[in-house]
Amino acid sequence: MTRFVFPRWANKTRDLAGIVLGGAPLYLIAVVWYGFSPKTTDVGYMPEQPVPYSHALHVGELGIDCRYCHNTVDKAAHAAIPPTETCMNCHARIHKTSAKLEPIRASAETGEAVEWVKVHDLPDYVYFNHSAHVTRGVGCVSCHGRVDKMVEVYQHETLSMAWCLDCHRAPEQHLRPVSEVFNMAYEPEGGDQLAVGRKLREQNNINPPIDCSTCHR
Amino acid sequence: MTTAADVKQFHTPLEAENAFAQITENVCRIAETPKPPKAWYIAFAIASSIMVMFFASIGYLVWEGIGVWGNMNPVYWAFDITNFVFWVGIGHAGTLISAVLYLFRQDWRTGINRFAEAMTIFAVICAAIFPGIHIGRPWLPYWMFPIPNQMDMWPQFRSPLEWDVFAVGTYATVSILFWYMGMIPDLATLRDRSRSTARRLVYGLFSMGWRGSSRQWHRYEKAYQLLAALATPLVLSVHSVVSFDFATSQVPGWHTTIFPPYFVAGAIFGGFAMVVVLAVPARQFFGLKRMITMRHLENMNIIMLVTGTVVGYAYGMEFFIAWYGGVQEEGFAFINRAFGPYAWAYWTMLTCNVLGPQLFWFKRFRRSIPVMFVIAIFVNVGMWFERFVIIVTSLSRDFLPGSWGYFVPTPIDLTTLIGSFGLFFTLFLLFCRFLPMVAMAEVKAIHYNHHMHHHH
Repeated sequence: MTRFVFPRWANKTRDLAGIVLGGAPLYLIAVVWYGFSPKTTDVGYMPEQPVPYSHALHVGELGIDCRYCHNTVDKAAHAAIPPTETCMNCHARIHKTSAKLEPIRASAETGEAVEWVKVHDLPDYVYFNHSAHVTRGVGCVSCHGRVDKMVEVYQHETLSMAWCLDCHRAPEQHLRPVSEVFNMAYEPEGGDQLAVGRKLREQNNINPPIDCSTCHR
Repeated sequence: MTTAADVKQFHTPLEAENAFAQITENVCRIAETPKPPKAWYIAFAIASSIMVMFFASIGYLVWEGIGVWGNMNPVYWAFDITNFVFWVGIGHAGTLISAVLYLFRQDWRTGINRFAEAMTIFAVICAAIFPGIHIGRPWLPYWMFPIPNQMDMWPQFRSPLEWDVFAVGTYATVSILFWYMGMIPDLATLRDRSRSTARRLVYGLFSMGWRGSSRQWHRYEKAYQLLAALATPLVLSVHSVVSFDFATSQVPGWHTTIFPPYFVAGAIFGGFAMVVVLAVPARQFFGLKRMITMRHLENMNIIMLVTGTVVGYAYGMEFFIAWYGGVQEEGFAFINRAFGPYAWAYWTMLTCNVLGPQLFWFKRFRRSIPVMFVIAIFVNVGMWFERFVIIVTSLSRDFLPGSWGYFVPTPIDLTTLIGSFGLFFTLFLLFCRFLPMVAMAEVKAIHYNHHMHHHH
């Protein structure tokens, strides 16, 4: 048997080992940081809906208010998904024969709900309250993006806990006059969101809590 | 009366006829022999079965939840934290032997430092498991570490429990580095003596190209010294921080300033007892009596006598301060310890920890293998009960009599405790079988100093 089982180049691997051992943690951190970030995993989630309902058409072009369909959003924790009857208010007369609307008509006839797919889905241990935000001047756009321009709705923000806390710690970044909450194209006065936000925060006495039990009961 | 032979024994760490080749042969043979002694097989079979029981208990715990343990209101911490503190404490002897005694140039340490260090690492592994499994959701132990995350959630840096994460983490890292680096020259010896390619590859890989050149030795010595200096404060810091888990709370019986030094002394005490428990059979079965001499054992027994007495002083001082401080709850906590429902645990602790080691005042007992073995086992039992007494007795009867309770361990509590010994001994037996159990290079160095310089 030869005296040396390791070939000559094995000496080099010892030096390379330093680079690998030093680089591996950095690589791992980078992979976790970007790969596991909700920006990568959650933002842009756009499930296929049973009916290709276009917010861009209904909100953007026709100008229907958010509350026409999501009518509980300023009164309750949950922003209601409209019943088929809401659709049929118009579609009983408009596009009566459209093939795309077939599931709506079927639902209206049988009474079985249309199975819309939830896009903005928080974990079950998070108790988010829509009315608490909407009535204090957090615009729909802040969390949902420009829905009036979305043909199909997708998740615009990360909805991660850090993202929630970011606003709870400095709500002036997103506050607007309560009258402008449902305005998709709102621009702050003078273009200075922070100045407007700070004023509104003081005016309306907005002090969002950041303790655990605020959202996790 | 001290005889000339005793003096010689004390100044000679090893028996003189141990030539260098003989040292190498004696130590390497253990890892090279195709069949270890029969006792090893029996011990390994028992230890690994108990280890399986340990992991089965943990699996059941993860599946069913914390309710399989006896932990209840108000005894929220019971066997879990008792076992954690017990195992962390065991490790301290290894660090003391390898780092502190090295810096103080205590040559005799070379016979036992390697496996005392191994013991440290295995004890820390056992210890680290318990905080991980007691957190209720054991799949989330990484929440203990400050990792940036999408929840913006950070550990509570003001909590001593979090300091513990860093203290024990640092301790594990430094101990592993120290142990492994010290082993490199000996791994190279094993590599060079290997007869099969597989062994050459494995030992070759882990000896990282050690050739024994003087430059390598120079750097090795420097690094060893630096690591020893890094490890030394850990002997004091780790168990001090562990004691803060209790001392910074307001529970009567925990809230005392004596805790850090008292815990450190107890840790070294229990650790040395464990070294003796391991050294006595190891030197017997692997023929290492010339390297782990009676002098080593006697020195360790002296350390046990000293630290055991310190611990006994702490027990007494706790009672004195409870009376002298005049706080009603504190006074009650200690009376309750000695005469309450857990009195049996208290007196077990006192007998094992304080009375047992006092026999070591007598040279006859210090040098008697059966006596030291029994006392060391008693000390291990006593030190486990010390943590049990501190944790469970204090919690079971705190300020409000209305919330008092009595903790009774479940069978799973017991299988987890016993099982952790299975893991510990399994790792230790594997170490005995495959790695150099005695630091050959260091033993040779002191052998050279003593016999080449002084006698020739």
